[in-house]
Amino acid sequence: MKAIIGKKIGMTSIFSPDGKQTACTIIEAGPCVVTQVKTKETDGYDALQLAFGDKKEKHAPKAEINHFAKANTSAKKFVKEFRDYSIEKVLGEAVTVEIFTEGENVEVVGTTKGKGFQGVVKRHGFSGVGGASHGQHDRQRAPGSLGNSSDASRVMKGVRMAGRMGGDRVKMKGLKVLKIFADKNYILVSGSVPGHNGSIVLIQK
Amino acid sequence: MNAVAFVHEQLTPKRDFPKFKAGDNVTVNYKIVEGNKERIQSFKGDVIKRQGEGSTQSFTVRKISDGVGVERTFPYFSPNIDSIVLNKKGKVRRSKLYFLRERSGKSARIKEKKRAAVVATAQ
Repeated sequence: MKAIIGKKIGMTSIFSPDGKQTACTIIEAGPCVVTQVKTKETDGYDALQLAFGDKKEKHAPKAEINHFAKANTSAKKFVKEFRDYSIEKVLGEAVTVEIFTEGENVEVVGTTKGKGFQGVVKRHGFSGVGGASHGQHDRQRAPGSLGNSSDASRVMKGVRMAGRMGGDRVKMKGLKVLKIFADKNYILVSGSVPGHNGSIVLIQK
Repeated sequence: MNAVAFVHEQLTPKRDFPKFKAGDNVTVNYKIVEGNKERIQSFKGDVIKRQGEGSTQSFTVRKISDGVGVERTFPYFSPNIDSIVLNKKGKVRRSKLYFLRERSGKSARIKEKKRAAVVATAQ
């Protein structure tokens, strides 16, 4: 696996030479710093710990500052571990968007926008109960039956109901890297990416 | 600079189209591919709106073809647009001319901006 941590900037679109317009998301990815290298001998598994985004030293606990000091870097906002990193990196080395190439397929992981408490129509795609006429009312977005009657006499586990929606970790697969601006650390991936603008996303392959 | 604006600037090729806005009469020459042959087709009509900004901006052209209103929206930076010819400057008071859709015949005409046209040809 190779991966980088980034910030979602916003969306735009890009033209291919034959005139096809593709929607794409701009992500400001990296530069990340390798803050820990885990190996099979010392930790039982291989992994790289990457850190992204600066934060003020007064907002970081001493333990964090010292941990980052080992990699010769300032306090960072976001730290994430990636197992079995395919590119050899040493402690303190930078990871930039250049690990990816244009045209490559990647996965993007992010946290979806929180939708709050939602009904079953929005949350699970139910079609509601009943129509607007024939004397019916207040049933258009209702969940309908929750299950069996006397045989069971309870609601089965996992029955889809209203509740909190959004704010989930979602992985978008098969997105294509359309363009890379290495000097600005921007990477353009096809399609949409979970989360609001400014949220942290992981680009990985 | 704002990141989206930067990306737009990088993505937009230089196009030397004439300046036009809603109300103007333009001819859009665009490339169409038939099989593996490419040819240029033109679409002449009034611009009824310009929309968006940066590399995603587009404009809509409306014409009356055989008594039927036809509208086509072109992405401004589409590589398929070969050229745009400005035929007439229109005198309008709105940026979105949706009211033309309900009109036909004489009332659907757009008055020409005379002075601007003279300046355009003089240049």
